Amino acid sequence: MFKRFGKKTLEPDAKNQVRGILVFENTTEVIRAENVLKAKGWEIKVMGPPPNIRSGCDLVIEFPLIEELSIIRVLSEVKIKPIQVVPVNSTLLEPVSLFHEKEYGKYLMVRAANMKITVDRDTKLIVNVSGGGCPDVPYLAEQMVNKNLSEAPQPKDIGHTLCAYALQLAYDRMVDIC
Amino acid sequence: MLGIVGTIPEENFPLISGTVLLEENFIIIGNKRVNVNRGTPAMIAAAVETLKYMDKSDPLCYLVGDVGNGKGCKSLYKYLETNITDTSFQTLVFHYFQPDVSLFKKVIAAIAKMPKKPILVADAGFMYVAKMGGDAPFFDLFTPDAGELAYLADEKAPHPFYTRGFILHEDNLVPDLIKRAYQHNNAASYLLVKGEKDYVADKEGIIAVIDNPVEEVLEPIGGTGDTLTGIVSALVHSGMEIKTASAKASIINRLAGSYAMPTPATQIYDIIKQIPRALHEVLGN
Repeated sequence: MFKRFGKKTLEPDAKNQVRGILVFENTTEVIRAENVLKAKGWEIKVMGPPPNIRSGCDLVIEFPLIEELSIIRVLSEVKIKPIQVVPVNSTLLEPVSLFHEKEYGKYLMVRAANMKITVDRDTKLIVNVSGGGCPDVPYLAEQMVNKNLSEAPQPKDIGHTLCAYALQLAYDRMVDIC
Repeated sequence: MLGIVGTIPEENFPLISGTVLLEENFIIIGNKRVNVNRGTPAMIAAAVETLKYMDKSDPLCYLVGDVGNGKGCKSLYKYLETNITDTSFQTLVFHYFQPDVSLFKKVIAAIAKMPKKPILVADAGFMYVAKMGGDAPFFDLFTPDAGELAYLADEKAPHPFYTRGFILHEDNLVPDLIKRAYQHNNAASYLLVKGEKDYVADKEGIIAVIDNPVEEVLEPIGGTGDTLTGIVSALVHSGMEIKTASAKASIINRLAGSYAMPTPATQIYDIIKQIPRALHEVLGN
């Protein structure tokens, strides 16, 4: 479900609904909530917060406001509690959806926003992770480099920040094309 | 004194400040040894090598463990707010860090009160938060790559993750993005943009373009941007003008990369080992 992030669009009926956003303490909580809600079939999107509630490395979940009660209940069942639920009254930021790919002989590099992952296409070994600026990037690199693409831990599972999110997009793209 | 602020990718690494030494592929601070493998440790290692060549003392570092949950960074922000003014720095470099605009603003408010403001260099998370907070012009040098430059050029993006597609598109030329970043006050006094070609620029435009030696495979190697930041910071600290230091650092970093005979699978320490040779080649005469 993570790999469809940024591409999924709301159904026509949902588009006309009043939208709200769930604000969480940190990005890790957002990722957990996204996984839970998508698994239950809700049409939600992970987006950038409006400026008035932005503090730094932020994500929010956009949802049909009318579903608030049910959504809060499902999240509380897995002990996730948003710190704010607010109606959307401005345009939210879309996450990056443009990828750059570059070949170096048998190696392929994919970049999503500021994050790059490079794989040996013959062996499927992740040979390098570069870019980024959040503190989990060196940690993610340490955990992923020299591991096979299918066996490496994924940023969505061990990362916390928007850089990790961008790396996950690059990883998913690499899996798709490699 | 050259000061360096950054993170170590270990959850239990304590908040620590002190002079850093380099021993083989480890940096030593207090009783802690950290493997030099991209991120702030790679930046520090490159700075230490450069300072040694320039006959300058080792840097004073403020480090904390953080694997992305921001806990370590939060404590270091608070520590810096209170303690950063205790030392007289000529140059301060800020690196991998969890962006938090309100805590960041308290740190730069403290720096602004210093009797003599140090030369401020920012890369990675600290560069992001400086732009997020509208404080980019407070800094003297940013060292973005192409993706990060697009972020600086996008006046609406609060993080590179939200850079709008029409700006991120590769048809956009680096000089145009530099111009746009300055138009919206989202760049430091100088930019050193790293990539296939490196660019040194200020608000008046491009000052230098460095494309030799050509080592395309440096881009996928994690840490090559970190070494560039370390080298340029040490050169600036040694008294070189920022624009000159940026151009020289670019050549030194490319040469070190070239000497390592890299592939996309090369690891950064193999390049760091070549920095002394590259320094000698570029600055020896």
